[in-house]
Amino acid sequence: MGFLDQFWQLTIDGLMVGSLYAVIALGYTLVYGVLQLINFAHSEVFMLGSFGGLFAARALLPDDGSVPGGLASVGLVAVGLGVGAICGGLAAFTLERVAYRPLRRRSAPRLAYLISAIGASLFAVNLAGKEFGRQNVDLPDLFHNGTVFTVFGADVSTQSLVIFAVAVAMLIGLDRLVAGTRLGQGIRAVAQDADTAVLMGVNVERIIIVTFVVGGLLAGAGGFLYAMTFNASYSMGFVPGVKAFTAAVLGGIGNVRGAMLGGLLLGLVESYGGYLFQASYKDVIAFLVLVAILMIRPSGLLGERLGRAA
Amino acid sequence: MSTPPAGPPGTGGGAATVPLRIAGSPAGPAGSSGSAGSSGSAGSSGPAGGPARPAWHPSVLFAPARLRQLGALLLVGVLAAIVTGPTGNSDKPLQAAKDSIVDVRIVLYLGLAVALWVLLVLGAQLRGALERVSAPVRAPVGAAYGRRGGPIVLNLVLLAIAIVAPMVVSTAAQQSMVNDIGIYALLALGLNVVVGYAGLLDLGYIAFFAIGAYATAYFTSQTAMPWHAPFVLNPFFVFPIALILAALAGVILGAPTLRLRGDYLAIVTLGFGEIIHLVANNADNITNGARGAFGVPHLSIDLLGIDYKWGIDPLPYYYLLLVIIVVVMIAFGRLERSRIGRSWAAIREDEIAAEATGVATLRMKLLAFAIGASVSGFAGVLFASKQFFNPQSFSLQASFFVVAVVIFGGMGSRLGVVVGAVVLQGLAFYLRDKVPPADRYIYFGAIIVIMMIFRPQGLVPSRRRRREIQLVEEGIGAADSLGVAPTGGQR
Repeated sequence: MGFLDQFWQLTIDGLMVGSLYAVIALGYTLVYGVLQLINFAHSEVFMLGSFGGLFAARALLPDDGSVPGGLASVGLVAVGLGVGAICGGLAAFTLERVAYRPLRRRSAPRLAYLISAIGASLFAVNLAGKEFGRQNVDLPDLFHNGTVFTVFGADVSTQSLVIFAVAVAMLIGLDRLVAGTRLGQGIRAVAQDADTAVLMGVNVERIIIVTFVVGGLLAGAGGFLYAMTFNASYSMGFVPGVKAFTAAVLGGIGNVRGAMLGGLLLGLVESYGGYLFQASYKDVIAFLVLVAILMIRPSGLLGERLGRAA
Repeated sequence: MSTPPAGPPGTGGGAATVPLRIAGSPAGPAGSSGSAGSSGSAGSSGPAGGPARPAWHPSVLFAPARLRQLGALLLVGVLAAIVTGPTGNSDKPLQAAKDSIVDVRIVLYLGLAVALWVLLVLGAQLRGALERVSAPVRAPVGAAYGRRGGPIVLNLVLLAIAIVAPMVVSTAAQQSMVNDIGIYALLALGLNVVVGYAGLLDLGYIAFFAIGAYATAYFTSQTAMPWHAPFVLNPFFVFPIALILAALAGVILGAPTLRLRGDYLAIVTLGFGEIIHLVANNADNITNGARGAFGVPHLSIDLLGIDYKWGIDPLPYYYLLLVIIVVVMIAFGRLERSRIGRSWAAIREDEIAAEATGVATLRMKLLAFAIGASVSGFAGVLFASKQFFNPQSFSLQASFFVVAVVIFGGMGSRLGVVVGAVVLQGLAFYLRDKVPPADRYIYFGAIIVIMMIFRPQGLVPSRRRRREIQLVEEGIGAADSLGVAPTGGQR
């Protein structure tokens, strides 16, 4: 089986995973845009949202182990997404409140934010490990997973379709939010020039919180989608976190559409690369991509600057 | 923080503070927007916290800000109960948390929270009282530290303690003093160059340690790993090799990254650390995979009539490490005061000005990164020849732990980071039976955050670093090489 035979299947898998990366990457990019800061603990927001959604969906599943169908499935996925998003949002809010705001109040040096985020991340990961156990937690099927249709001979499963559709809906929603609403205007204003934004009557403090929460909502919902495909564990955040960050840098950090493009591209590159080389080195590919972009085009494909892009 | 430090030469001194602060818009974004002056987050003792408060009155207790503080502390109390509570599992995800809260201990934690709150409310008075009580104790130490030659006496006393200490403790504690405290003190000294001197963040620091350890296995033993050198070297000869290899890895990693923003370095090193860990763990036919390298020879010396072999006994390793640590501390002290050290300080405090005055900023940052990496590689050789190791010793958590040690001890302070290693590893040793090893990182994470919020300069701060942080918070200069401070501060 050559690469070309598998091409379309790999493309579909890559797009599915890539759309998840894009959703998580938005959290990095939004916070970066507003604060010029890499939110290191974002991967933990993703992890907590994932657990939240997973536990909620599992609690509502029928006890007999049967796979629900029809409206029940739709409801379960919706509940999982909702609870995941809420958990992610709450986690992001708490994170901002505890690990970032006290530092901002004193205008601490940048290094302090990074370190404090690492501390928060370490705390959250290991607390989750303690509370939820340190094994992988599987989410039982929420719907019958079959082939919906084929594209050029490649199967598109219900699951990939659901994930892709939800992720794209979230991406479009966020794009509209940033580009078209008053809130988005505020976010862009702060990203462009915080000091001037204050003079124009933008409540920077509020914008920062909202940005964190929006990123958290997306990451939480994305976490649930991730748990649906793979599984959840206390340390699950790290690898997708680094990849999503890579995606954000690939598209141009701070740039909302860039993060979306970067996520999808990275998913594709990884899918092709994993097939061409070795599946176990899949995780290394993202890292190599990151180093390569930093060397060749550090501002990313679409350029940095949240303010200009949207 | 109570005694106003006389500004060390070069940082502008106290007089410059006032006019510049006015220029930098005193009522910045944070002040003018929204919840101004609430300081609700867990009792932040900001610059305005202490001195200029009017006479105390009971109604202070019920001011909204105070009540919010109480609420935050109670939440922290509940969290502390959960952290120290029973371990849960994924079948009943919330059970463990529930068990922790519905428990007698919660009374203790909430009581502690209230007590802490009362302490904070009475903070100003108490601080005054404490100052009066502790003044007779602090004065001689402070004076000794301030006087020329004073630190030498203090350091000699500490050194004497370090020499005597292992003789009075158990063998298990001796082992821990070598493997945990000694090695980590050395690692922290190395990372201190990166974080403390150059103001960069390296999150994959342990990867260089792994490079040193695997290089030792490669060069000194034909059996430790499937992949080995065609010859066998004495471990002592591996020290320079590991040093160079680690420094080289640091340069290769740092060169493309450091050209950009410094915060990218953090994530690139993070990825690098994880890759090294992955490779060490998975490459069975090179590194022996997860089973680890077994049978690396102990250190031995046979030179100029001296014939000595280090063995199972931890004490000889301890004293060797102690000598190395003292040498490294002295060397880095010299380095800090050299042209290079002053360049690092200049880069931290104002990168653009440094560049304009002819400091080769990129090269200096790279140098710091390489020096830090080489110390880590050096420590790796010691570690590998001391004992059996496997990839678990090189996990990401270990990297974070070194960061925690440096932050806790005081970045930029050589004595501080060693003290940090002693205290944190001592704590871990003390808790070894009481807390599962994996759970320790909950506490370390919490310590990092708490230090960053309340005492960013660390336990034993470096005077210059403390001053820098203070100045940054007043809106002057910088304290790291990561670029401009994030928005939303009071600049």
